[in-house]
Amino acid sequence: MECVFGMVGKGFALVVADSSAVNSILVHKSNEDKIMVLDSHKLMGASGEAGDRAQFTEYVQKNVALYQYRNNIPLTTKAAANFMRGELATALRKNPYMVNIVLAGYDKETGPSLYFIDYIATLHKVDKAAFGYGSYFALSMMDRHYHPDMTVDEAIKLADQCIEEIRSRLVVAPQNFIIKIVDQDGAREHSWRRTTKD
Amino acid sequence: MSIFEYNGSALVAMVGKNCFAIASDRRLGVQLQTIATDFQRIFKIHDKLFLGLSGLGSDAQTLHQRLVFRHKLYQLREERDMKPETFASLVSAMLYEKRFGPYFVQPVIAGLGEDDKPFICTMDSIGAKELAKDFVVAGTASESLYGACESMFKPDMDHEELFETISQALVSSIDRDCLSGWGGHVYIVTPTEVTERILKGRMD
Repeated sequence: MECVFGMVGKGFALVVADSSAVNSILVHKSNEDKIMVLDSHKLMGASGEAGDRAQFTEYVQKNVALYQYRNNIPLTTKAAANFMRGELATALRKNPYMVNIVLAGYDKETGPSLYFIDYIATLHKVDKAAFGYGSYFALSMMDRHYHPDMTVDEAIKLADQCIEEIRSRLVVAPQNFIIKIVDQDGAREHSWRRTTKD
Repeated sequence: MSIFEYNGSALVAMVGKNCFAIASDRRLGVQLQTIATDFQRIFKIHDKLFLGLSGLGSDAQTLHQRLVFRHKLYQLREERDMKPETFASLVSAMLYEKRFGPYFVQPVIAGLGEDDKPFICTMDSIGAKELAKDFVVAGTASESLYGACESMFKPDMDHEELFETISQALVSSIDRDCLSGWGGHVYIVTPTEVTERILKGRMD
């Protein structure tokens, strides 16, 4: 029951993901980091098939780095999102990646942005996004409490409300969550929300 | 559920007197869940040619990117914009190329051709063109749209009356379709200007 969600605030974007690695009824580990830091100012929260997730996120990360080395300038968030969509679309009719992505980034010219990319390669720029069974709770919670230009504290509070809702209402709720944030100072881990130690 | 109904969409184009209108809904969904209420389905190819793509959002985006690429190349080679009839043939050919692994889209093409004569057409997912003199529809709400357009359409409407008609037809049809909605996006194109308007309907 993987879950990733994210939202845009005033000058920052937030991505929250669960951290369980599950195989059938067994929880292998509950401190799996599903939010990859693509480069200094991009976060990529991914959920889906475990192998595809690891492979695809690493592939994107290395290609984003390669672009920067070749061209001496980092990709914008929009460009990275379109690159990902292109890769997913090309693979779709051959060997699809079953990975859903929430991409958050901060660009100096355009500020924070959030992109919804599902496994069928549908790309859309959004203010709030969520994937997985937890999305039914997270999206509703965000629809009610989200407003544009939230402060970090307000956004973390909303993320906590979403996590609370997922914990209490989802039958196989994930145990731990990781929160990462990206703003003008860069992309970094913000905090964990744990119920079990690993 | 059919792959054409995965994201939900509604598209309609109508011909008026020396003008045309093309309109779409704004919902992007993943089956029963709504993801966004500002999804763009109608794309401008050039000032007098608009393309609407209903069906699977991913294939609509892929096809749009490919068509913009082809049209830009055409512009470089021919030093002019593509005529709507030519563009329709291009779209048809590109769709039929994928005959045994098609793009899951239903395009609606609307443009002003030679002497600013309005041109509209739609085609199925493998490129079977359907030219019409009055209106064309596509998407999950297409059956409702056929009915609404058939009863509301009159030939030779001016652009204001055309806007009213297409808006009413769109809104009443998407209100009856759970997979499309959340407002409407209407483009009215005359030889001199393009007007873009957002409609507010039942926001559900």
